[in-house]
Amino acid sequence: MANTPHISVQNLNVYYGQNHALKNISIDIPDKKVTSFIGPSGCGKTTLLKTFNRLHDSSVDVRVEGKVLVDGEDIYDSKAEVTHIRKKMGLLSQRPFPLPMSIYDNIAYGPRIHGMRDKEKLDQLVEQQLRDVALWDEVKDRLNTPAVRLSIGQQQRLCLARGLAVQPEIILGDEPTSALDPKSTQKIEELFVQLREKYTIVLVTHILRQARRVSDFIAFIYNGEIIEFAPTEELLLNPKEELTKEYVRGFVS
Amino acid sequence: MIVASVLIVGGFFLIVGTILIKGLPALSLDLITKTPGGGFYMGKEGGVLNAIVGSLYIALGSSGLALILSLPIVLYINVYLKRSSKLGSIARLSSDVLFGIPSIVYGAFGFTVMIYFGLKTSLLGGILTVTLLVLPIMIRTMDEVIRTIPKELLDASYSLGSTRLEASKILIRQSIPGIFTAILLSFGRGIGDVASVMFTAGFSDNIPTSIDSPAPTLPLAIFFQLGSPVDEVQARAYASALVLTIIVLLISIGARTLSKRFSKNKI
Amino acid sequence: MLVLTILSVLLAVFIGLGLYLRSLPLLELKSVGSLLTSSVWKPFKGEFGFFPFIMGTLWVTGIAIVVALPLCLLSGIFISEYAHHRVRKIIVPFVDLLSGIPPVVFGVWGVLFVVPLIQEYIAPHFVEYATGYSVLAGGIVLAVMIFPLIISILLEVFGTVPRELKDASLSLGATQWQTVKFVLLKRSMPGIIAAIVLAISRAFGETIAVLMVCGNLPEVPHSVLDSGYPLPALIANNYGEMLSIPLYDSALLFSALILFIIIFLFNAISRIVLSRIERRMN
Repeated sequence: MANTPHISVQNLNVYYGQNHALKNISIDIPDKKVTSFIGPSGCGKTTLLKTFNRLHDSSVDVRVEGKVLVDGEDIYDSKAEVTHIRKKMGLLSQRPFPLPMSIYDNIAYGPRIHGMRDKEKLDQLVEQQLRDVALWDEVKDRLNTPAVRLSIGQQQRLCLARGLAVQPEIILGDEPTSALDPKSTQKIEELFVQLREKYTIVLVTHILRQARRVSDFIAFIYNGEIIEFAPTEELLLNPKEELTKEYVRGFVS
Repeated sequence: MIVASVLIVGGFFLIVGTILIKGLPALSLDLITKTPGGGFYMGKEGGVLNAIVGSLYIALGSSGLALILSLPIVLYINVYLKRSSKLGSIARLSSDVLFGIPSIVYGAFGFTVMIYFGLKTSLLGGILTVTLLVLPIMIRTMDEVIRTIPKELLDASYSLGSTRLEASKILIRQSIPGIFTAILLSFGRGIGDVASVMFTAGFSDNIPTSIDSPAPTLPLAIFFQLGSPVDEVQARAYASALVLTIIVLLISIGARTLSKRFSKNKI
Repeated sequence: MLVLTILSVLLAVFIGLGLYLRSLPLLELKSVGSLLTSSVWKPFKGEFGFFPFIMGTLWVTGIAIVVALPLCLLSGIFISEYAHHRVRKIIVPFVDLLSGIPPVVFGVWGVLFVVPLIQEYIAPHFVEYATGYSVLAGGIVLAVMIFPLIISILLEVFGTVPRELKDASLSLGATQWQTVKFVLLKRSMPGIIAAIVLAISRAFGETIAVLMVCGNLPEVPHSVLDSGYPLPALIANNYGEMLSIPLYDSALLFSALILFIIIFLFNAISRIVLSRIERRMN
């Protein structure tokens, strides 16, 4: 791979109680590229994504073993500071979850938490982030209305902008278009393609066409294991493993 | 936060502990096997068996009566009405609201009704008033359990051609542990309540022999004994409180064990 | 079945109507306003001023909420957001058991523990002599009694806040506490208010436990160490004589009516709010 890895997973095992959800995962996520995780539901792709920003911490009965290095730093090290790690990553979940506050406050939430108080700077930042996700023109006259009044598609872009406002290096998307209509989906996908210039993007998706449209690399996960990890076209059109072949067959034909 | 939680859990132990320390020394076999003798409230011989039995009668009678009244209501809401039914949600709301009405109001209401019909304070009056008090508990608890039964089960039984009555039977069978929980909760509330029975059941030193004789109750007996200036009688009040606490805790634990698989952290 | 269901719904109406009819003799003689604001309580002379009793109720309820709310909020947050599920499984049953303890036992506890505590350790710092039987004692006993109610509602309300919403805040780099403050509490605000209102109405109506510890002097309390005489205690203490003095029964049932109306409204409003929250969740 051309670049040095941004996230490096080494011998990662995750258990939900007795259930061994991720088995001995090792993968290097390349810098400033889009990497997609594909696989059938329940294969562990979302679980893997969540280990990247330690969202399992507050879950009951989840045990994580192994290393996840972000910029060379092990985020599961006992000295690692979890808020610092999470700040590096923006998360887009399956359905948009705007915080219970106004559109403006949603974007300003992260920066404020990290100490930005200057009203002018915040104004600027909010506008900038909303422009980046092509939402500014749609909402500039109602920044103080509750964010839940936006359409689902707008909410999801707002959530993306909210994540970008803390200046992360990585964007994690957990099937971020699964609740959206085709038009909104297209907008989000376009954004991903633009954002790849500046960010490392990791995407969980079950839509092979989407993976092909936006990603540079694809990892196929099955039953808690990474079966194959390769550049997009190679994995989809010329898979090496039998399991991968079977899974992408519908796509090729 | 941990301190707050410890304080709250500690509150429970503080109460039970205080009652235990003060009540245990005065607890005797006489207390729970004898009725008050002459001069009992001045420190002479006797026990509170009359009140224990009276409370059991009232709690049993009212739980039973409330069960007979509430089961058709709960089934009606869940089987005969549509999920979106207005009457259903009003019935649920009103049982929630009635649940919050304090027992003194039920007591006062029961009293007015009894005056209206010319009834004297009696076991019957106590049972009827406490029935009103525990009815909402009964309805809420059973409704909660029955609502957790998957709707598909009902649909499956309908598709086999069963009538609503038969479907109701299936629901009842499925929710028997829940019904027991509801009975136990009502029983616990009924046996411990004062304000509703002080107007309506009266008090006497004898075990009630018929439904229209006044019925002594354990909480009221505690209250009266505590009001006595004699130390020994006060000590017996603590012991009686210990008896009541033990009965009620046993009932609560029983109800919890039964309801464990239905709902968490509900009260 | 239908008839029973409708009757159960109408029960509240019957209660209100019954109490109203019995309070009519008094209401025909005096206006509601003068009854509620007068402080003169001389049943033998036909003077029925409810003001001291209303104030007694408000003092006791206010103290109970001030004591219980911060404790319950903190502990609710701890149980729902911080505690390991094993710890949770230990705490919650005790809260349940606490709710099952009968009022009279709380009263006995108040007499044995809270009253002496106030008399010997708290009051001497402020006044020369106090019996300990005070609105403070009533408030503390009530506070413990309403713990389970508040906590169980809080846990239910906190439980309806989606996990993903908290995750969203966390993944922006917010700490757990910031997430609690800005997301959990904010989103739960209607539910928290409903819990408080329910707790207030529970405290309003509690009779025997409060009666046993708060002194029962028909005067308006001026400090937490003064005695108070809440409405329910008034009813419970005097039911024996109420038929022997003219209008006395009417006056006592009027106080039951006041209690009923306030508590009914409070309960109805907060239950509607809570069921809205639950529906939003589904």
